[in-house]
Amino acid sequence: MLNGKKVIAIGERDGVPGPVIAECLEGAGLEVVFQATECFV
Amino acid sequence: MAEQSKAVGVGIEGVFYSLTHVPDLVRYGSKPSRELRANATLEPQLKNQLRSFSAATAYAPHQVYIGNITPAELSNFPKPWYEKLIEGATSNGRFGDLVDQDRLYSLLVEADQFNLVTLEEKWFQEHAAKHANGKPPRLRLLAEITALFEKGALGLYSGERLVGAFEPGHAEDASLTAEVLLENLAAKVTAAHSLGSLLNALGLSPREIDFVISCSEEAVGDRYNRGGGNLAKAIAEQVGCKNASGSDVKAFCAGPLYAMIHGASLIQSGVCNRVAVVAGGSLAKLGMKFESHLKKGMPILEDVLGSFAVILSEAKTGEPCIRLDSAAFHPVRAGTSPQAMAESLAEKALAKLGMKLSDVDRYAVELHNPEITVPSGSGDVPRTNYLTLAALAVMRGQIKKDQMEDFVRTRGMLGYAPTQGHIPSAIVYLGHALDALRNNEIKNALFISKGSLFLGRMTQLSDGCSFLVEKSEK
Repeated sequence: MLNGKKVIAIGERDGVPGPVIAECLEGAGLEVVFQATECFV
Repeated sequence: MAEQSKAVGVGIEGVFYSLTHVPDLVRYGSKPSRELRANATLEPQLKNQLRSFSAATAYAPHQVYIGNITPAELSNFPKPWYEKLIEGATSNGRFGDLVDQDRLYSLLVEADQFNLVTLEEKWFQEHAAKHANGKPPRLRLLAEITALFEKGALGLYSGERLVGAFEPGHAEDASLTAEVLLENLAAKVTAAHSLGSLLNALGLSPREIDFVISCSEEAVGDRYNRGGGNLAKAIAEQVGCKNASGSDVKAFCAGPLYAMIHGASLIQSGVCNRVAVVAGGSLAKLGMKFESHLKKGMPILEDVLGSFAVILSEAKTGEPCIRLDSAAFHPVRAGTSPQAMAESLAEKALAKLGMKLSDVDRYAVELHNPEITVPSGSGDVPRTNYLTLAALAVMRGQIKKDQMEDFVRTRGMLGYAPTQGHIPSAIVYLGHALDALRNNEIKNALFISKGSLFLGRMTQLSDGCSFLVEKSEK
């Protein structure tokens, strides 16, 4: 269902970082078009 | 880095913290200035929710910051803290103070060597002259201030009243706009205030400082060298540290702990005898979450510039010291998850000293005031960090899972620092740590800071460093 879908992954410094989310999503067959980690403090 | 090391302690003579209350500069914070440009209707709402100096002084987290209340005592104070103000609170603390906006304007004009700041004569005589103790300020009539403002200078306000103008340093250089220079000069004078106050408190002459390290959050420079740096030397000059030079240490919010490690290393190596580590306030971070506070009907809590100064020298027996041999960094090879950070900065740092996570009496992590961050959805940052450390201790079999809350309660603390980036990043606890060590309430504290390098778009990496503070056995 997710295979080939495009996704933007935004992670959080004190939570799950962007690269980790991207790796999980790519493993599930999604195409990560942009990923970043943000800091909300 | 060596896995085993001998005990190396460098003395911490003292620390001073200051909060400069600047309600009429909140509009120049990065977020408010952007949002007010886009939506002018926000400006009256913002102004309506600004706090008075007395309300900022009587705010319980600020009283913790300047040392009049301990972090442990803060949990006894009813919430919301911004409503349950402390009666009889004073702006002078055990190891810090609160400074009002009038005094800041006076400090700005005194520290200005390039005719950037002009104050309205009548207002100055009425409100700021009492603070003046340096060079004669640039004073002008209101009509001239208004003319400067209309030509593009930044307005300095006291409530609705235009009381000064801040001019750009160059007509075209984006690194020398009035907005950037105000940010830089505010960092300089607030850091200088903290260092001068600490020297007074310790009975030291400025001439006894060999070197100043600034870890302020600014980017002093010009268009050919943005962030060129060495605000440290300007701060040293401002305080009268005539025998000192200086340099800056930058590492996002982790800057202060890196600066402490650098300063301690200069002493341990014999290069310097006495080093000051300083940071001024971050004007850019004023009002960072103001929209959430407006929506919740709260006062604008991000209305203070945070600064601090620490003085390091040779360790003395029985006095607090930084265990330089405990210093740990987050290596490039480590992952960026909170668990990987905790492993690098807590577990491995302690392992170098033969210690476990459960051997630390108090952890200083990122101590952001949750009353500021929770309304905007950013969560309770200290609690998240403490739970990560507790979870790691469970994984290593040092505590049981049902002891996690106890670990957080006894080895952690509530957040009380303004969201000034470098200020909440562990260093804010040093004053209370020195007290607790001297009073034998704790035997050690581990300081852990993190830096969000990825925000600069040069790497996806996070960063951080840590060290243990304890009494010297030398």
